[in-house]
Amino acid sequence: AALKDRLCSQVSAALKEGRVTPTELCQRCLALIKSTKFLNAYITVAEETALKQAEESEERYKRGQPLGILDGIPVAVKDNFNTAGIETTCASNMLKGYISPYNATVVQKLLDQGAVLLGKTNLDEFAMGSGSTDGVFGPVRNPWSYSNQYKDKSVPKSHSEDEESNWVITGGSSGGSAAAVSSFTCFAALGSDTGGSTRNPAAHCGVVGLKPTYGLISRHGLIPLVNSMDVPGILTRCVDDAAVLLGSLAGHDPKDSTTVQDDFRPFEVPDLTDVSKLSIGIPKEYHAPGLSSEILALWSKAADLFKNAGAKVVEVSLPHTQYSIVCYHVLCTAEVASNMARFDGLEYGHRSDEKESTESMYAATRREGFNEVVRGRILSGNYFLLKENYEKYFVKAQKVRRLIANDFVKVFRSGVDILLTPTTLSDAAPYTEFIQEDNRTRSAQDDVLTQAANMAGLPAINVPTALSERGLPVGLQFIGRSFQEKQLLTVAKWFEKQVQFPMIQLEEVKRHDNGVFQHQKSAFFS
Amino acid sequence: KKVSVEVLDHLEHLALVDFRDSEGVQRLQKAIQFADQLHEVNTDGVEPMDSVLEDRWCLYLREDDVTEGNCTKDLLENAREKVEEYFVAPPG
Repeated sequence: AALKDRLCSQVSAALKEGRVTPTELCQRCLALIKSTKFLNAYITVAEETALKQAEESEERYKRGQPLGILDGIPVAVKDNFNTAGIETTCASNMLKGYISPYNATVVQKLLDQGAVLLGKTNLDEFAMGSGSTDGVFGPVRNPWSYSNQYKDKSVPKSHSEDEESNWVITGGSSGGSAAAVSSFTCFAALGSDTGGSTRNPAAHCGVVGLKPTYGLISRHGLIPLVNSMDVPGILTRCVDDAAVLLGSLAGHDPKDSTTVQDDFRPFEVPDLTDVSKLSIGIPKEYHAPGLSSEILALWSKAADLFKNAGAKVVEVSLPHTQYSIVCYHVLCTAEVASNMARFDGLEYGHRSDEKESTESMYAATRREGFNEVVRGRILSGNYFLLKENYEKYFVKAQKVRRLIANDFVKVFRSGVDILLTPTTLSDAAPYTEFIQEDNRTRSAQDDVLTQAANMAGLPAINVPTALSERGLPVGLQFIGRSFQEKQLLTVAKWFEKQVQFPMIQLEEVKRHDNGVFQHQKSAFFS
Repeated sequence: KKVSVEVLDHLEHLALVDFRDSEGVQRLQKAIQFADQLHEVNTDGVEPMDSVLEDRWCLYLREDDVTEGNCTKDLLENAREKVEEYFVAPPG
């Protein structure tokens, strides 16, 4: 109730005061999407329905009856969430042309509050990957590739080679959503997070990426990857906005039996002034092999920031961290093998012309519909689930999972409130470099710092921290206790305020900018 | 320890995806090798974990009441081959 009553400034207030109308806002976002098409952040732009939603929102504002803070706010949704009447592809040939008959619960919630759905964002096929490079619609380009900050620091090999070959990846798998928020084409976007898929691209694109506690937000309508780890992720330009989105999405859903029944109370993130009662844990195992010296230095600087402000900063140990990735590899592929079994061409999606038998039709459909990454994981998963392997691999991984989760329990029980770690091993790699290694290798490398939070079901957030030597964003991650999002976001917001992460300087946006696209500040709060 | 031909056949049948090219088999071998690292961990006396919500919440059963349905048309909408209210599969 408090959130709805509060007067908010920036975009939300601008809408309320009539300084801008929802249709104007929507049109500007749509125009910007068009002029930033080269980013390939969107798979589907739902122009007609978005404008209609904006018109309806406008009517409500005229009557003085907006539905809430999100009324009229343009948002984007990762293309693995079902959206009624709008194509949902998961960036796969398997679902090209698939028009969902229903909205995912989180999508419905956004629409019920008047948000304007601009479109569906690009991702790695079926959310498998850490680059947003392996979808059938092509890779997503990191908006920072075109920023003055990056261009100033890069040494072009030749004038013509400049932008075309130098562009960097967004990270993944929610790269499209991260790019959309980062390039101002929407004010918030939904991603998903199974091994870091929201936090990784958030770090590379310089935006806030929140992975909520498992069981807090409904997965109904989110096409599943790993049922025991998937969560919808929230991408915004500041921590306050993440809290607004969280408030509108969290809560029990009778359609998702893995959501907890406890009441969720939406909150505004308090402004923390005194951190002396805070205990920050620095897990030493997160000084992972391959961590860039730049990020290591930033991590250290951040720890000092807290220490100098009076917080207690302690080194802690999560001894099973190094096995998290292996554990994930087994559990993920096993659940994927099960989840992908539904794609057989009969009820929906791609269907092969093969007619010899049901089985041959299934096999051909799946060969034609899935890329190598997906097929590879299905195979591995089935191997680990074979009767002779079940105990050795699947059950073993479930036991290791408990050990990993217990590591966190022990640390939080020892008095630590929040953990501070890097989010990624380095800043965003150039696309040409990234594709030198295969998807599985990349995922194994890149998920190392984010994956354990999914294993344990804990809430975690990426906060953009500073620019690297190459002029690209680097973020740091905070991991909190189960269902303690308020504490997590409070600390994140304090940190965000301290670091004053710079705004991206994008020429395309400057042309469209008229002051409505300010974003270091919240879209919803002053 | 290489994956035997019998197991490969069995897997292909179960998974219903092709991977007969050597690259696919190699990838599987690498995946198994990677997973073998799990055996370095001592899990004596440790119970497998199904869900992180095991303490907070057991998967509950709801009342056996019909709350939705009658959406045959919607469900058939996305199928490529159908006859009346049936999905059609090749024979055999």
